[in-house]
Amino acid sequence: MSLYNAFGRNPEMTLGQKALQMTWGLILLIAVLAAIGCVMLYSAANGDMQPWAQRHAVRFAGGLVLMLTVAMFDIRFWFRWAYAIYFVAVLLLVTVEVIGVVGMGAQRWIDLGVIQLQPSEVMKVSIVLALARYFHGVADEEIGRPTRLIAPLLIVCAPVGLVLKQPDLGTAMMLLMVAGAIFFAAGVRLWKFGVVLAAGAAAVPVAWQFLHGYQKQRVLTFLNPESDPLGSGYHITQSKIALGAGGMFGKGLLEGSQSHLNFLPEKQTDFIFTMLAEEFGMVGGLGLLTLYALVLIYGFAIALRARNQFGRLLAIGLTINLFLYVFINIAMVMGLIPVVGVPLPLISYGGTAMLAVMIAFGLMMSVYVHRDIRIPRRGLADAD
Amino acid sequence: MALLNEDHGRFKTFSRRAALLGGGKALLLGALAARMYYLQVVESDRYATLAEDNRISLRLLPPPRGRIVDRFGTPLASNDQNYRVLLVAEQAKDVQRTLDRLAQIIPLPQEERERILREVRKKRAFVPVTVREYLSWDNVSQIEVNAPDLPGISIDVGQTRHYPYGSDMAHVLGYVAAVAEHELSGDPLLELPGFKVGKNGLEKQYEEKLRGSAGTSTMEVNAVGRTIRELKREEGTPGKDLVLSLHAQLQSYVQTRLTSEKSASAVLLDSNTGGVLAMGSHPSYDPSKFNLGISSSDWRTLINDPLHPLTNKASAGLYNPGSTFKMVVALAALEAGINPNAEVYCPGHYKLGNARFHCWKRYGHGHMTMRDAIKHSCDIYFYDTSRKVGIDRIAAMAGKLGMGDAVGIDLPGERGGTIPTKAWKRAQIGEPWQGGETLVSAIGQGFVLTTPLQLAVMTARIAGGKAVTPQFARDLQARRDDAPADQALDAAVQLADSPNSFPALDISEAHLELVRNAMDAVVNEQRGTAYSKRIQREGWEMAGKTGTSQVRRITMAERRQGVISNEDLPWRRRDHGLFVGYAPVHAPRYCCSVVVEHGGGGSSAAAPIARDILAEAQRLDPLGQPVAPQVAGPSGDERI
Repeated sequence: MSLYNAFGRNPEMTLGQKALQMTWGLILLIAVLAAIGCVMLYSAANGDMQPWAQRHAVRFAGGLVLMLTVAMFDIRFWFRWAYAIYFVAVLLLVTVEVIGVVGMGAQRWIDLGVIQLQPSEVMKVSIVLALARYFHGVADEEIGRPTRLIAPLLIVCAPVGLVLKQPDLGTAMMLLMVAGAIFFAAGVRLWKFGVVLAAGAAAVPVAWQFLHGYQKQRVLTFLNPESDPLGSGYHITQSKIALGAGGMFGKGLLEGSQSHLNFLPEKQTDFIFTMLAEEFGMVGGLGLLTLYALVLIYGFAIALRARNQFGRLLAIGLTINLFLYVFINIAMVMGLIPVVGVPLPLISYGGTAMLAVMIAFGLMMSVYVHRDIRIPRRGLADAD
Repeated sequence: MALLNEDHGRFKTFSRRAALLGGGKALLLGALAARMYYLQVVESDRYATLAEDNRISLRLLPPPRGRIVDRFGTPLASNDQNYRVLLVAEQAKDVQRTLDRLAQIIPLPQEERERILREVRKKRAFVPVTVREYLSWDNVSQIEVNAPDLPGISIDVGQTRHYPYGSDMAHVLGYVAAVAEHELSGDPLLELPGFKVGKNGLEKQYEEKLRGSAGTSTMEVNAVGRTIRELKREEGTPGKDLVLSLHAQLQSYVQTRLTSEKSASAVLLDSNTGGVLAMGSHPSYDPSKFNLGISSSDWRTLINDPLHPLTNKASAGLYNPGSTFKMVVALAALEAGINPNAEVYCPGHYKLGNARFHCWKRYGHGHMTMRDAIKHSCDIYFYDTSRKVGIDRIAAMAGKLGMGDAVGIDLPGERGGTIPTKAWKRAQIGEPWQGGETLVSAIGQGFVLTTPLQLAVMTARIAGGKAVTPQFARDLQARRDDAPADQALDAAVQLADSPNSFPALDISEAHLELVRNAMDAVVNEQRGTAYSKRIQREGWEMAGKTGTSQVRRITMAERRQGVISNEDLPWRRRDHGLFVGYAPVHAPRYCCSVVVEHGGGGSSAAAPIARDILAEAQRLDPLGQPVAPQVAGPSGDERI
């Protein structure tokens, strides 16, 4: 099937009609978030568009085009290619593993020249596509059968295993949680989650043995950050100091002493929320949280509005994915969970993350634009 | 509608579960908001403080040390500019090259270069390293001219203590040096590298007043400690200037006059005020050596010198007062009711039991009244009298006149000496008092030990009849940079120098007058022991008393051969020569004591020095000069 066919063979809608169906409110929210990202990156560079803010804006513009393009593609196109995309993502993970063996230590990205592609970011979207596709084909009455869960569990375990091997505990946990949310939304019985959770809890002591030293250190540091204020706990402690010093209304743009005197680490990526909260206070932090909440509400609305199970599961999976980014990042900088390298969507500086997030939004919009298209449970081949 | 039906069930499930997921997310987002509230509102103050601590670095600004000036405002200890060369590695880029160029201006020995390079490596690139201190002005200007060729080199001005009178004042002023471990008192100033404190003399005595308090400079620093900018600067309080009763010119004169002897000391007091006008101790040392950091060889030389140049002999040297003690015995006798006109016959020796006590004059003085006995310094008279008075009454009189215990001058290291009593001997030596010991004490030998300072105090008390206590400090005043040495003002201060209200001594004025009259006779009457050393200028005459302190026992064998003259003895075994005196004789003001170690007799060695000092004091007396118009004295000063 050619790209032309993906648009052209859709009998129901023209491109213009699709554009009218686009969730322009969501796009506006996304643009506002990206703009906030630019302002914060401008501040992170001590009041300079270089080296981050400008490139962030350019990337966002590129991402926007990509998002709209993805949204224009028919939902059935994504349905057909879901497994293929998933396999490509698995393949990329294997590739990065091989490169990692050749290069030194843990390598998580593939240099494509233009950008450094992180297969684990691609996988976060791909796994949602694959699982949505699978559960789309499982009828309500079939979902109770344990045999029907074997295939999706394999879909989850393969990438999780590869990511763990990198080793990237944070991404593995995210993949598990997104998958869990889709299983849950698809109607898998609640007691089965109970069994898995119990088994997981029992496995923690065993898993602890397999953790790398630095991963153990991160967990231990999280449990008591003050124990090592100049070592591993430094990031969390300084981040909390910055947040607390920001107070209710913050110190003002470019006035955050923690950020601008370099007490804050990674302020342009993982700790950008800290800088925002130092400079704009709790008001700024809650404002940002509200914007994200609105985006999430859009995601839920799209999921509920879709008339096909694939679209519903895809939308809810991507929404959960976005939520996890936001929650993990903010909870981390506030010292609620261990330090894991998760960026703040649309705000943090970083190419792959921006790409993955914009594609995810594109897919969500595609679900919305094509919300009334029916996809037979048995698949499209028969219907066509 | 088959599609709808087949999806109906699972759509319902989906909606229900999506609602649950949404609720879960809302809860988690709520948790984030709550955490934000906790960190940014509840705990905000704590974290704000921590953020300030991160950001703010306090730097101490050492205050300028107070000057020490003499009674006319002449600086005796001041602060000099200390020009230092600093090197900032990050600006220098190539440190070796910069040092090479610098070495063409100031010599940089290899070991110095190694020290500098070591410090450069140890410190962060933006922290200045001291290359050299105490640069001459020539070097400073050369470096400034060549500044473009010396990247990273800068000149910094610090302060260093300067003693314009050098060794003349060393014993009085003391010196400053780096803080020792045990001196750390919690004052953060003391922990500043290079900070110096008074180690001796007045510098030590008035350390806290002279030091002042530190200012602070509040700096904003980044995570690696680099200064971003200065936020606030609070200047400290400079140390107070210490105004002394000392007369710089007289002090120099005294110290120079003492150099005629190998080892000697002298004290000059103003009996009206108790102010110390001069205090000399020879040999002396150069106080600036300590300031710059004394070399260990210099230190060993000072420590091992048999003449003890580091000791202030005027306040810490203990000597038998010899015959200068006779005024004490005379006053004790008068107060005990002994008739001063009763004559005692002096045959040249005195028998007590089996022991024979000799007069310094081998064949005796003949019949002596008290006045004669002082004038001729007859030992026999005082042997006889002391037996009538008893040692305890003599000791009580000595105490009244300021002996036997430290007089409490504001100078560290003063020693107390000994005035023996019966109880003292039992307690200290564990033996009962012997009658002969009273005799020996009565001529200021044996157990009796005093400092030259105590002798001067005794003289001042006899001359003035008041319980004078000596003091160096007249005044501590806030720094006056604008008025360095205003002679007119200081003459006024000098005049306003009203006699301190010392209590009267509990001694009859008639008795004191009798003793003064005898001291007048010692110097100004023919055949007095110091007649040849009198001041001949009308109105300047001095009164006084000679003394000789035996360093060795004179054996019977020696006596039979005739007393060996001091000149024939090795220096170390010669007698100490002492003299106490005051002038002008009819309006006593200047009171002086002189001790010449191993100088021979008091008349020959000490009296000429005392005479010269008292004459010089009167020559320099501002009252003898035209008086400047009255100027208001400094107000609001802290009197001590």
